[in-house]
Amino acid sequence: MAEMMARYSALSILQQGLTGNRGWQTAWAKPEVKKSYQVIIVGGGGHGLATAYYLAKNHGITDVAVLEKGWIGGGNAGRNTTIIRSNYMIEGNTGFYEKSVQLWEGLSAELNFNVMFSQRGHLSLCFSPAQRDAMARRYNIMRLNGIDAEWLDRDQLQKFVPLLDMQGERRFPILGGYLQRRAGTARHDAVNWGFARAASKLGVDIIENCEVTGFVKKRGRIVGVETSQGEIAAKKVGLAVAGSTSQLAGLAGLGRLPIESHKLQAFVSEPLKPLLDTVVVFGGAGHFYISQSDKGGMVFGGDLDGYNSYAQRGNLPIWQDVSSAAMSIMPALGRVRVLRQWAGIMDMSMDGSPFICKTGIGGLYLNAGWCYGGFKATPASGWCFAHTIAEDAPHELNRLLTLDRFQQGQPIDESGHGPWPRMH
Amino acid sequence: MLRLNCPFCGERDHAEFTYGEDASVAWPDFASPDSQAHFDALYLRDNPRGRHLEKWQHIMGCRSWLLVERDTLTHEIFSVRAAADESAGLNKPKSRRGR
Repeated sequence: MAEMMARYSALSILQQGLTGNRGWQTAWAKPEVKKSYQVIIVGGGGHGLATAYYLAKNHGITDVAVLEKGWIGGGNAGRNTTIIRSNYMIEGNTGFYEKSVQLWEGLSAELNFNVMFSQRGHLSLCFSPAQRDAMARRYNIMRLNGIDAEWLDRDQLQKFVPLLDMQGERRFPILGGYLQRRAGTARHDAVNWGFARAASKLGVDIIENCEVTGFVKKRGRIVGVETSQGEIAAKKVGLAVAGSTSQLAGLAGLGRLPIESHKLQAFVSEPLKPLLDTVVVFGGAGHFYISQSDKGGMVFGGDLDGYNSYAQRGNLPIWQDVSSAAMSIMPALGRVRVLRQWAGIMDMSMDGSPFICKTGIGGLYLNAGWCYGGFKATPASGWCFAHTIAEDAPHELNRLLTLDRFQQGQPIDESGHGPWPRMH
Repeated sequence: MLRLNCPFCGERDHAEFTYGEDASVAWPDFASPDSQAHFDALYLRDNPRGRHLEKWQHIMGCRSWLLVERDTLTHEIFSVRAAADESAGLNKPKSRRGR
């Protein structure tokens, strides 16, 4: 075990390089599943693994299993567009997402795994005075909350992103953009692998190919799970299965939830030479966000396909929608070929904000409703969910992310849209 | 592309249509004082992985509201019918619990 978990370092790369790279060990252990655990986390995505890591690291709870139906990195953790930002303005989101960015800033060192967090900035474009006013409000609120935000006028914008078309005749010219410089991107599956490896090193069992098929209850309290690898007892069970939350919650007896499952597509182009060194977002008339990966691929996406779905594949109208948005602001991309396209299943909550909370069932905890913003939240989600499970009470930062907030009249509705399961 | 067979216009690409909502939602009478029923209808969803009854509007065609039964996993479409024909049976509250 100790050898398996050897620290990564510049020296280890040098040593391995001189010995044919034959000495690298498995990044995390593959233990046999035990009969019982103190805590079981259902779902081996980024959030589940981060939760297990922080249970062990912050709360000293190492008798933990993470049960994953498929394999680590095969779900939404490997399907997102890797954007990390904290440009939120509503209480409940602001502090939570800023905590996440702060955790990202130290994550590679914390996990001894290069998650390739790159603070290349996140730029929201403005196309009308009204949109600029609304965004000014948001970014000023961020500044009041101690989060970095700045306005770039047209000249600054053209220098910052030469790829943007600022010249042509258009009905709605780009007026400028709001920039969060500390925002950026990370290598998405590295985050999963890093949390898996670090959790495993602290004694967490990561069990892949283990589907949860039911829950074991005693006097109304959850005391274990039924799985494809047999029954496993646990004092506490945390669900971190965004996309399939309604199914697992149904099995657990939580009833219907304020969630619909929708699919979101993402696209990556053939690798190009360095062209774009920030994240650009076109919201409003259309919806389009783009960055360039370290391999050179243009990584981009847009809206949901728009109808309830559990199919991890996308549909053509969104291709057209996203491509036309791309052409309207970055016409130079017109001859770039799309290399791959895929979709992931999102838990779309009724206010666009997530849930990290206790449930009405003893021993059952819920992490869900990430809409299409879950990736950036990975470390803070694990941090807060671990606290909620360990202390049987929410952390200050997820105090408002409750399942009953709609009934209490306290939705966390960033877009001010009202109940609608298509926001993010 | 999904293909919806509009009972008025024939089979068309789903891009001609706008997705409305889950048609199984049991909306209470607007004046009903039962706040729990209003809450359930507004916020809670079965969210099935399988057969799903939903409302679509043929926005680029006849503009009719349609009831579509579709599989959310395979996207197979079982039926498309005019919502107006069945509106009498649509909005009756169902039992809220134990579904």
